[in-house]
Amino acid sequence: MTGEPLLSIDNITKAYPGVVANSDVSFQIQPGEVHALLGENGAGKSTLVKMIYGLVRPDSGSMTFRGAAYAPPEPRIARSTGVAMVFQHFSLFEALNVAENIALGMENPPPQRDLAKRIREVSEAYGLPLDPDRLVGDLSAGERQRVEIIRCLLQDPKLLIMDEPTSVLTPQEVEILFHTLRKLAAEGTSILYISHKLEEIRALCDEATILRLGKVVGKCTPRDTSAAEMAELMVGKSLATPARDNADLGEVILKVSGLSVEPSNPFGTPLRHIGIELHAGEVLGIGGVAGNGQDELLAALSGEVTTAPGTVTLHKNPIGDKGPNERRELGILCGPEERLGHAAAPDMSLVENALLTARQRKNLADSGFVNWGATRAYAEKVIADFDVRTPGPDNVARSLSGGNLQKFVIGREILQDPTVLVVNQPTWGVDASAAADIRQAILDLAQKGAGVIVISQDLDELLEVSDNFAALNEGRLSNVRTTRDLTMETIGLMLGGAHDMHDLDEEAIHAEA
Amino acid sequence: MLRLEKRPAPSRAWTAATPVLAVVLTMIAGGIMFALLGKNPFEAIRIIFWDPLFHESFAAYSRPQLLVKAGPLILIAIGLALGFRAGVWNIGAEGQYIMGAIAGASFGLAFYPSESPLIFPGMIIAGALGGWAWSMIPAILKTRFRTNEILVSLLLVYVAEKFLASAAVGFLRNPEGSGFPGSRNLSRIDSMNNPELISGTGMHWGVVMAFIAVIAAYVLLNKHLLGYQIKLAGQAPRAARFAGVNPNRLIVLCMGVSGALAGLAGLFEVSGPAGQISIDFNVGYGFTAIIVAFLGRLHPIGILLAGLLMALTYIGGELAQLMLQIPAPAIQAFQGMLLFFLLAVDVLSTYRIRFKKEGVA
Repeated sequence: MTGEPLLSIDNITKAYPGVVANSDVSFQIQPGEVHALLGENGAGKSTLVKMIYGLVRPDSGSMTFRGAAYAPPEPRIARSTGVAMVFQHFSLFEALNVAENIALGMENPPPQRDLAKRIREVSEAYGLPLDPDRLVGDLSAGERQRVEIIRCLLQDPKLLIMDEPTSVLTPQEVEILFHTLRKLAAEGTSILYISHKLEEIRALCDEATILRLGKVVGKCTPRDTSAAEMAELMVGKSLATPARDNADLGEVILKVSGLSVEPSNPFGTPLRHIGIELHAGEVLGIGGVAGNGQDELLAALSGEVTTAPGTVTLHKNPIGDKGPNERRELGILCGPEERLGHAAAPDMSLVENALLTARQRKNLADSGFVNWGATRAYAEKVIADFDVRTPGPDNVARSLSGGNLQKFVIGREILQDPTVLVVNQPTWGVDASAAADIRQAILDLAQKGAGVIVISQDLDELLEVSDNFAALNEGRLSNVRTTRDLTMETIGLMLGGAHDMHDLDEEAIHAEA
Repeated sequence: MLRLEKRPAPSRAWTAATPVLAVVLTMIAGGIMFALLGKNPFEAIRIIFWDPLFHESFAAYSRPQLLVKAGPLILIAIGLALGFRAGVWNIGAEGQYIMGAIAGASFGLAFYPSESPLIFPGMIIAGALGGWAWSMIPAILKTRFRTNEILVSLLLVYVAEKFLASAAVGFLRNPEGSGFPGSRNLSRIDSMNNPELISGTGMHWGVVMAFIAVIAAYVLLNKHLLGYQIKLAGQAPRAARFAGVNPNRLIVLCMGVSGALAGLAGLFEVSGPAGQISIDFNVGYGFTAIIVAFLGRLHPIGILLAGLLMALTYIGGELAQLMLQIPAPAIQAFQGMLLFFLLAVDVLSTYRIRFKKEGVA
């Protein structure tokens, strides 16, 4: 594969006010190659692919596509040249069916019936099962991604860009996707694969370009390079894996039984008969693909959604009907997934955001009047203890990077010394070293005897921190299993919903034998 | 090419400077409008902004009018601003103002001709209750049935106006008024009069109440948990719920406070400067107060200054009509420009303008 490259990127530089997103970046993609673009959040991967796709224009440098100069002023031109892209966030209408959604993205859509036929052909040819007549609102995240991929494939692209495609998939769905991508590559389509998951890249990609702080810091052949070596190139230092001493689980502190909640909006997920027993010192990991009830479960535990008193008990006291502040007083603290707008108010300072959840346990208000001095001191303590990088506590939450704000939000809860901590996606969009810090803080908290529930879509994270594991699927929670006994395959089956019945059968057979 | 670029945080300097810039731009655009009408723009601007306070022959009359007009505007705007901060859009202060005036006047006149010193305090409470009750209609409809408070509160203004007309010719009509519409003149009845407290200043109880409201709102927003919750609910509703704020409670509270303050403004007006309930008793304070609230950046001190400025354009506008025969709609357009330019230059506090040469395509 050393002929003329399909796409050659030469000395591309792009600066935004205050930050250089890409500096002097060069690399080549050969025809039929799966090329990985590897880097942490904020390394400049997105900006780079946006330039290839015509969404952003470079300040300097040049691109060559199949031997001709290539500078797409808009995505339409990029698509007609043969570049297609599947975004991390889908742009689909839930109330329309698959074929209608695909037609919306086309320049001259054929009649619905012909289009449906072509969708079926392409989906069968590439092993991506998809029914063109189904409503997108009823599809899983993995199926929605297939809609986006097929939308691209119908254009017959020479280069397919995939931005973090596996973040929403179960392990089985990842296998299906990889199968498709390998087949495409074998037919001569090049793939630019963006990710920070090293094992995936080692399994799939032929070549890798590693970015750090907007610069190319290395190139390697992933199959011949260890994950640790790539991680070091990506982060710039070696990372400590979070660890703690062996856990001794104490008595049950939080108990959830028969918890069912109807969703508040038509595309929400209802919770069905959720049962949880959380012990002192335990980290319970709850896995699941996005949209299977994670937000709803957190809201039911935080008290934003109240239920019958007996469905949630803390130290055997019923608290299901208590609101967020009453639960905080009792020691249940939460960190929601959405940092801006839910865990923190974007345009308020960190001092004001410290008051958001710490008022009760830190006595920050006296008969209704806020003690701003004490609030500021608490915000400063969170910033210092959790190494939050910000010029000061008066900066607004929006001005912090994702990782720093997440450290602030998690730190704000942990420093209140919770009995139970519930966090949803604690390291989503956070760079690797901040993620390691956050995970370590969660483990330290459990070590001190608190119970922690980590809801996450990142299986590696759950395997790393949790003692026990359960999967959330369409609002139902699987049986709890000991994490260290689990294989990736079992986890995949649990996430897909094929768990309890199967287990019961097996146990019945064993009992009979 | 001109490009807008979002600032990482809103600029404090521009937040303070934009109202001043808006006033300057209004003067320029308004001046052009006056010139097109064939009037001397410099004279018109001087008459509107300067003469009411410093003209040797008019100022003695118009200077006290400043507080008389600014009082109700500030009082109403303070209440509205609390709601606007929380994302509760009470557009119907005019109706609550009318209902406060009717309730207060009815309370007083029901005891006529009693001389009891308790009557005026009773009228104040009745006025506040009247405005509060009228604002509870959109508040409860919103919390119970998710109706839109903007529409309901606005349409209730027209209901209140009809009610005012029926009161003026019906149950509140002066029995000694030879059949003319309108109530007894409250300002001539000692037990119901809201007098000018310091002669020649225009200061009456309503103005005192407006100043108290400014201070109370300032303390509430900056020192009190409730003020924090109001701001939080307006900026990030989901975070507010996470912080344990009950959105329905906040809607009822904000609507109630703004309604009660508008009702108070109506009561102080009917018992003082206006003197009586008449068919055309309301002159639009409730609507103008919306402009005042935004012109003052929903900040109590800002509202105080904006209320005074707005009152000045009212008095100056009347003066300009009198002196230069500028038509009344032109004066209203001039006042409208003030809000228009404020909203337009608002973009500067959250965005910065970059001049950039477009590269070769």
